[in-house]
Parts: sequence; structure tokens; C-alpha cells
Amino acid sequence: MLHEPATPAGKDPAGPYKMRLGIRMFIFYALFYASFVAINLLSPATMAKIVFAGLNLATVFGFSLILVALIEALVYDWLCRKKETELEHTEHRHKKSTTQGKGKR
Amino acid sequence: MAIIIFLIFVVFVIGLSLYLGNKAKTSSGYYAAGGKIHWGVNGIAFAGDYLSAASFLGICGMIATVGYDGFLYSIGYLAGWIVALFVVAEPLKRLGKYTFTDAVDANYNSRGIKLAAAISTLVVSICYLIPQMVGAGVLVEPLLGIPHSWGVIMVGAIVITIVATAGMASTTYVQFLKGSLLIIFSTVLVGAVVIRGLSTQPDQSGKVPYYEYTQHAATKTGDQYTVDEAGWNVVEQKEIKGGLVFLKLDHEDKETWWYASESDGVTLLKETQSVVAKSDGKWINGSPASATNQLRQVGNLEKIAGDGGVETGSLSVFEFLSLLTDKDTSVRTWKTANFVDAAGEKVTVYYPQIVSGDRIMRPGLKFKVEGTLLERLDFLSLMLALFLGTAALPHILIRYYTVPSPASARKSTIVAIASIGFFYILTLFMGLGAMVNGVINPADSNMAAPLLARSFGELLFAIISAIAFATVLGTVSGLIVAASGAVAHDLMDRYLKVKMDDRQKVTAGKISAFVIGGIAILLGILFKGMNVTFLVGLAFAVAASANLPAITMLLFWKKTTARGIAASIVVGIVASLGLIAFSPDLYTLYGLNPLDAPIPFSNPGIISIPLSFITLVVVSLLTQKAEIAKA
Repeated sequence: MLHEPATPAGKDPAGPYKMRLGIRMFIFYALFYASFVAINLLSPATMAKIVFAGLNLATVFGFSLILVALIEALVYDWLCRKKETELEHTEHRHKKSTTQGKGKR
Repeated sequence: MAIIIFLIFVVFVIGLSLYLGNKAKTSSGYYAAGGKIHWGVNGIAFAGDYLSAASFLGICGMIATVGYDGFLYSIGYLAGWIVALFVVAEPLKRLGKYTFTDAVDANYNSRGIKLAAAISTLVVSICYLIPQMVGAGVLVEPLLGIPHSWGVIMVGAIVITIVATAGMASTTYVQFLKGSLLIIFSTVLVGAVVIRGLSTQPDQSGKVPYYEYTQHAATKTGDQYTVDEAGWNVVEQKEIKGGLVFLKLDHEDKETWWYASESDGVTLLKETQSVVAKSDGKWINGSPASATNQLRQVGNLEKIAGDGGVETGSLSVFEFLSLLTDKDTSVRTWKTANFVDAAGEKVTVYYPQIVSGDRIMRPGLKFKVEGTLLERLDFLSLMLALFLGTAALPHILIRYYTVPSPASARKSTIVAIASIGFFYILTLFMGLGAMVNGVINPADSNMAAPLLARSFGELLFAIISAIAFATVLGTVSGLIVAASGAVAHDLMDRYLKVKMDDRQKVTAGKISAFVIGGIAILLGILFKGMNVTFLVGLAFAVAASANLPAITMLLFWKKTTARGIAASIVVGIVASLGLIAFSPDLYTLYGLNPLDAPIPFSNPGIISIPLSFITLVVVSLLTQKAEIAKA
């Protein structure tokens, strides 16, 4: 890196996992969003059908897109934190065993 | 009272900026608030940055006039945060220092990238600044009773003060405060709307008597109309494009414009509102404009489904939406027509249209989803730009540098999604509330939400207006910080390598903020009258075209080269701006016939975003060897 970030970030062993997870969750949401746009374009009348509590598909789908974004975000954060903690413990154990091994020699 | 609350709020915001000024003595403090902001505060500040005039004023105004189509912006704006969270947040935090340019240039040290990315930041920021300043003008006009241009100048001056005193630290806390208040008081407003319920004769809680628009039967002989009722005479008949017919009627020496409509073989002349630019000044509804003769606020239900009669009383949120969705409910909406009359005077007519609930609550009133292929592609292009634009907005990207770690960047994005998502659900209720409560200014839909608040009392109006004003202040501050960073940090310091110590860099940033603020004021005056969320949609398209291909490809494609990134940014800017400049909407702004526009659609994203990606790939593949040799 040619110049430092505003606050330096250490090595992130969970980085590749988070990137893979992020892309998968992004693809899922992108497909969900694309299906919403596709129904609007290909069968706009379908959007007027009442589907829940007097609300039509357009409203329910719109609210769902907002709610699913939040749920996905929370799941993503939970999985990322879980992996970060897991890898931190592994690294910690690895460092400890290396130190102990050096001590014995 | 409205003015007092408003002034207290403005003084408080400026006071906070001066107090935080001591944090802005270094570059890190000025551009990134020292990288020490808590993720929770930053998340709400994200919401503050993002929920700009476009979201609060523009979306609510658009829903109030075209129903569900306005809500599509809410959906698209929120969906864009998914790209920010899953693709951009953490990697960008790791790469960058203060600006978007820092991040894309981190692995290359390329003068080409520095120049292209800095120009891109400037262009996108200015595109985004225009609607904010327009929003500021429309907000201050009714609140303080000053002209639009003075409102824009006032906002510009306050924002320059905020940015020049404390930079990102003050901007962050202003955004946090504003984001929190906006969500809290929008919830209060929505609560008030559903408690009031629906009525076919809204009278703003007894404050403004309901005005009953009249209609007269007419007879059509050939192309000529005559009014069936005695005492009403047709003075002039005007047919405009689309086959719409307007008649100027004389009654008791007063001339007014009426809209001719035909249904089931019956011809009816419906009362309109009109503004005529005469040589002796503006005439409104047949009389000279004055403090007491202004356009009436409009929007009401014609009929409520079921046996609710003319008033429903309190409703639950589901009942409120389901009644408005019902095909037996009908809404009186208002459209605009412009023409020149026989005397050569410019006439603007606002005429009523009755639309059923099931049409209001599905797409199609604004976006032609059932129209021609080009019209459908225009809609697709908009939805694409909204989805991809968020993660490419410079003033959003720089907020990732104000938190201490990549994990904080991720968490603050999640807080942003929660708060912004909740607010966007509220926009549907606020917009529909304005649509049926007789609070829409037919000449400018942008004030729908604050005027809805006024229908519940001056206190709520004052608070909502002050928050809306802070919304503009906060977003403009963030944009000016981003743009001044592009000039002082990216161009002067890193591209031109002007020798400056840390203090001089901050001074350069502040001077840049002053100049960019001046440009924003000018543009805000020039673009008066356009719907602010439409303008923001265009800014999203420019951002998505210029910046997103560079950000994503440098993260995910190892063959990306510096020249590929620089070329894609330049192509993205030129293509998107070029397509917008020759689009029908801009032709209307120039005063030309929109049908003569060489580009047949208004949203450029569907062409400019793929073009920018393709440019990056092709140029990167062509410059592989050159860059390996250079390395």
C-alpha cells in the first residue's frame, strides 16, 4: 500500500471468507431485486393483485425487499463475527503452542 | 413560532460546528474526523447523509403526486445498501485514507487514476448538490417567506460555515442529530396521519375549509364546445398535444380555465387552477396574484371503498394502506399543462384526474411499465442505477474512513440499513397522507411532507421543516467535504504534488469548500422547480457509471490495470453526462421540445454502466504487458 489508511487495519484472516459470503448474499439479493423489476416490466397487472391483509403484491414485495435487506445484513454480520472469533481463537491457540514449543526447546 | 424553532436549530448546528472546530486542525481530523467515530453514531450519520432532500422532500412529493411509482425510489435507494455492505464496505475501509481516489489508487500510485477519480468525485458531488440546493430553496420559501434564490444562498452560506469550521467531525454529528430526529418525527407524523384516517373532504383539522371543485355539463358540436348552464360563455378554446382540451370561460366578468373531459358520451368541464403570466404580473385563478390569492393546496379522496362514508376515523397502518389500494377507492390527483393562449400569454393549468386506488398503488402512473420497449428500458435503467449507485457515491464512501476498523465499517452499514429501511417505509405513508389530505402545492410537489406536517399544527410543521432544513445542510456539508477533498487532497496534494504542510492542506480544503459551495448556490438557483428525487436519480446514474466498475473490478479482478480504471471512470462520466444532456427531460429544461431529444430515454445507466465495465476490461487486457513492464 502506498499510503496509510486513516486508521491502520491489521491483517484480517477472515477476509476471504467474508468476501465469499458477501458475494453469495449479494447474488441472492440481486436476484430477488431483479425478480421485482422483472414482474413490474413483464406483468405489471400482477402487481395489483391483493396478496396479504388487503395489500397488493407491489406493496408487499416492496416492503419485503426492505425487510430482507435488513435480515440479510444481520445474518451477514452474525456469520462474520462468528468466523472472526473462531479464527482469532485458532490463531491465539497457534501462537500459544508455538511459544510453548519454543520454551521446551 | 416556526421561524423561532427553525432559527434555534440553525444556531445550534453552527454552534456545534464551532465547538468541534478544534478536531479539524489536521488532515485526518478534517477529512475523516480522526477515524474515531463510534460505529453506531456513524451508522445513523450514514442515514443522515443518505436521507437527503431527495428522500424526504422528493420521494414524499413524488408519492403524493404519482403514488407507488415514487415508492420505487425508496426501494431502489435502500437496495443499493446491499451492494455497499456485501461488496464495498470492508475492503474500501482497508484500502483508503480520506477519499474515494485514495481507495482506487491504493495499489497503483497512478497519476491517471488520481486525476480521473478526483474529477469523478467532483462531478458526482456537484450532480448530487443540485437537488439538495433546489430542495433548500423550496423549503425556506414558505417557512421564512423569502424568495427561492435567497433560500439557496442562505443554505450555501451556512453550509460553507459548517464545513470550513470543522470538516468531517462536525458534519458527522450534524448528520447523526438530523438522522435521529428525522426518523423520530417522521414516525410521529405517520402516527398522526393514520390516527386522523381518511376523508373525502379533508380540511386540515378544521384549519383550511375544504374547497369543492365544480364542473359544468357542456355540449360538443364538431370541435366546438358550449356550456349548458346560462351565464357561462366560452371565450377561448385550446387543444394541446395529447388531445387535451382547455376552455377559457367567462362568468360574471371573471375569466378562468376549465378542463374538458368526456366519459360515457357526457361532456363535462372541470374546474382547474391556473397561473397566467400577464404583462401586468401573475394572475392566479382569474385574479391578480396576491398574499390572499395563491394556488390552493390540493389532493383528496373522491370516494372511500366500503361503507366508510366520507370519513373513516382512526385506522391501523394496514387498514390505511388497504383502503387506499382498493379499486373502489378513488383519488383526485392533479396534472400540469403548459401552453400559450390567444393573447400570447403563458398559461399553466393544473387540472384534476380521478384515479382508482388500485392504479395509485401499483407502478405505472409515472413510469411507463406498460409502454413501449424504450419506455420500459428507461424504467429498467433507473432501477439499475438506483441499485448500483449507492455504493459509488463519494460522500457515502468517505464515511467509511471515519470509523476505527473494517468491522466498524460493516456494523455502521447495518445500522444504516435498519434506520434507512425504516424511514423508507414511512415515506409511503407520508406521501400517501399528503396525497389525500389536501396539502399538495400543485406547482411544486417537493413540499408535500412539510405541508402535511403543517396540517397537524404549526409546531410539527416547524420541527419537520427545521429537520428538513438540517437534512439539506447535512447532506450538502458531506458532499462539500467530499468535493473539497477531491480538489485539495487528490488534485493539489497527490496529483499536482503541491508542497503543503498539514495545516496548509486543511486550509486548501476549506478554500475549496468555499468555491464549491458557491458553485452549488448558482446551480441550485438555475435548476429551480425540478423534482429533487428525479435529479438525485440522475446523480446515482453518474456515480454508478463512473465509480462502481472501478471499485468492484479492482477488488475482484486481478487483471485490472491502472489505465483500465482511469479509462472506465472517464468513459462512465462522459457517457452518463452525455446521455443525460441530450435526454427528453433536459430538453424540457432547456425550453426545447422533448420529442426532438436525440436520446429517447431519461436514465442513462443501462448504457453507461455496462459501457464503463467493458472499457475497464478491454483497456486492462490491452495494457497488461505495459503495466507488468512498468512494475
